[in-house]
Amino acid sequence: MEDNLTCKELVELVTEYLEGTLPEAIHLRMDHHLSDCDGCTHYVEQMRQTIRLTGRLKEESLMPHQRDDLLRLFRDWKKS
Amino acid sequence: MKVFFVELIIEKQRTESKWFDMADDVEYLSANVPMHTNADEMSLLNALRARDESAFTQLVGQYHPSLVRLARLFVQDEAVAEELAQETWLAVLNGIDHFEGRSSLKTWIFTILTNKAKTRGQREKRTISFSDLDATLQTQPTVDPGRFNESNAEAWANHWKTEPASWSGIPEESFLSHETQNLIRRTIESLPDNQRIVIDLRDVQELSSTEVCNVLGISETNQRVLLHRARAKVRQALEDYLQPEH
Repeated sequence: MEDNLTCKELVELVTEYLEGTLPEAIHLRMDHHLSDCDGCTHYVEQMRQTIRLTGRLKEESLMPHQRDDLLRLFRDWKKS
Repeated sequence: MKVFFVELIIEKQRTESKWFDMADDVEYLSANVPMHTNADEMSLLNALRARDESAFTQLVGQYHPSLVRLARLFVQDEAVAEELAQETWLAVLNGIDHFEGRSSLKTWIFTILTNKAKTRGQREKRTISFSDLDATLQTQPTVDPGRFNESNAEAWANHWKTEPASWSGIPEESFLSHETQNLIRRTIESLPDNQRIVIDLRDVQELSSTEVCNVLGISETNQRVLLHRARAKVRQALEDYLQPEH
């Protein structure tokens, strides 16, 4: 298969690639390019890491005063 | 390269014409998505309908912080965000007996919050546009063109001039350090509103693309373009920080 995808094009397709939304032919071209290109392989790997690390930002848990407010809301609703 | 993208965009638009651009009505949204309520949500839903307090406690423990965070993307004030999240719970309780489960419970709750937050944001003159996405945004590069060989280079045109390096040698502690986490947080905060909201929902709150489209009332294409640009900026910030020699 001809690899007519350039690195510059590939980096713009990486989100669709990771989402699995690329048309199959383009997905295959991308796999083919990646099998032979360290730079792009690293780019995709970096993007995966970026997504993983961004997911670590979710840290909040419910504060006691929030829980109290919401329980009051629930009990009022139940009574009504 | 341009032709290549135009082809791709046309292909995408053909497959996604079923998606709507803007929708504010919750019922309309839920009528357009397939059954998504899973077994866990179903038992929670039934318990909540039976007025079970522990089901409510579980649900707010799971989603309330996310709702406040999401509201904060639309309104400035923390107290207003908290108020919007509380109003959302009241709407959830009042609507629970009529909820038909055509979207997931999570999507339904987040959609109620988003609609309330959008309305409040408009009142605060803080409107965030998702619908009039500049079409040229899709063809603007997300990686510095200087990283690639010239288009007219004799060999390896448009291929990496300075290849991204592998991050496999970077210790996990560096990735998870406060500095790195703060860098990611600051980078996301500096993004345009619409990109910030999409990356927050997708990669921080970990909603699926379908959930984000339904919650915000945007097309799959818009969602993906915003996510792509946002992720690219976070990746760039991480690369600059973790490998400053680049």
